[in-house]
Amino acid sequence: MYESAQILEWLSHVPDPEIPVLTITDLGIVRDIDCSDGVTVSLTPTYSGCPATEAIEASVVAALEDRGVPGVRIKRVLSPPWTTDWISEAGRKKLRVYGIAPPERRDRPIACPRCDSSNTEIVSEFGSTACKASYRCVDCLEPFEYFKCL
Amino acid sequence: MSGKQLSAAYATRLGDNALVLGQRMIELVAASPELEEELANANFSLDYIGQARMFYTYAGDCEGNGRTEDDLAFQRPEHEYSNLLLVEQPNGHFGDSTVRSVLFESWYVLLLDALTRCDDAGIAEIAARAIKEVRYHLRHSSRWLVRLGDGTEESHARVQASLDDLWRYTGEMFSADALDEAMLKECRGPDLAVVEAQWRENVAAIVAEATLDLPGDQWMASGGKQGQHTEHFGYLLAEMQYLQRTYPGAEW
Repeated sequence: MYESAQILEWLSHVPDPEIPVLTITDLGIVRDIDCSDGVTVSLTPTYSGCPATEAIEASVVAALEDRGVPGVRIKRVLSPPWTTDWISEAGRKKLRVYGIAPPERRDRPIACPRCDSSNTEIVSEFGSTACKASYRCVDCLEPFEYFKCL
Repeated sequence: MSGKQLSAAYATRLGDNALVLGQRMIELVAASPELEEELANANFSLDYIGQARMFYTYAGDCEGNGRTEDDLAFQRPEHEYSNLLLVEQPNGHFGDSTVRSVLFESWYVLLLDALTRCDDAGIAEIAARAIKEVRYHLRHSSRWLVRLGDGTEESHARVQASLDDLWRYTGEMFSADALDEAMLKECRGPDLAVVEAQWRENVAAIVAEATLDLPGDQWMASGGKQGQHTEHFGYLLAEMQYLQRTYPGAEW
């Protein structure tokens, strides 16, 4: 019998495959851990077509197997749907340090993750992954990625 | 039609629309006029394929015969697909693809919005996930329509022709068949008359902003929901299903 707090702690070291600086608990996609009959981890996808969904499920199973937890089951849950509000405060800090501006509400300026200036402009609403847009800082002139608000 | 059968049939239809439009957009990968549009198109098609997977998985579960998302996508013939004729229309030029997206997505967001409140919890939760993506798609396609319509004389004329050509496929979105009616009555699903009124208003506003003329009332093509498709659809399926047809059950 495992404690769900222990499982959660172990999962808090599993990186997101596309943004490895974030763990899956920073991202807020671990919805539930049920230890009543074996271990069942409930995960929610970010975007419907996010290609990382299966990779994340496999890495959760692998991470727990490494700790000796056998027969881990994964449950996909859809509601409530994931939004960027599920990203933890620690996750937002890590994103900024990594060079990706964390999601902001529509009415708030996007700050450059390098020099913190709010004098930034959008280059493209789309980026290297479905969840990011491309921006440029007008003050320090560095291009950067922005984690879109969803 | 029992509750489970209704859910399976309706979810399959939703999956068909998402898959077929997603497949059409995949045909455009590496063919977009600029890099930003390339990324947008690839991301959006991925959203549609992801939505199709969720709808098909749910449909397979409701059916209870063990069919998977892959079985539904790759092992059904043309006449078992119930997607709208609009989404299977060829990509044509960029204006054609843009108009197809605007007309479909304007309808799809309203449909999904109604579905988030229906009694079928499985469909409602997929709709709640999908609508967040489709709102964004519609914002993007509408902006392009305005840019093309209110652009040069050439782009205006060509996108007006796209709108006139594709308009005949919009009637089908609002003509409720037995499945639509069952969904409305038994699951408090979308009322297509309400959807139509809102769609007309929204589309008229986008078309006006794009300085285009709204096509008048005319003969409307239909049959997609009953599995009677336009000739383009067979070619799409032939390409999409080639591998599973040649090597049934192949996995990697």
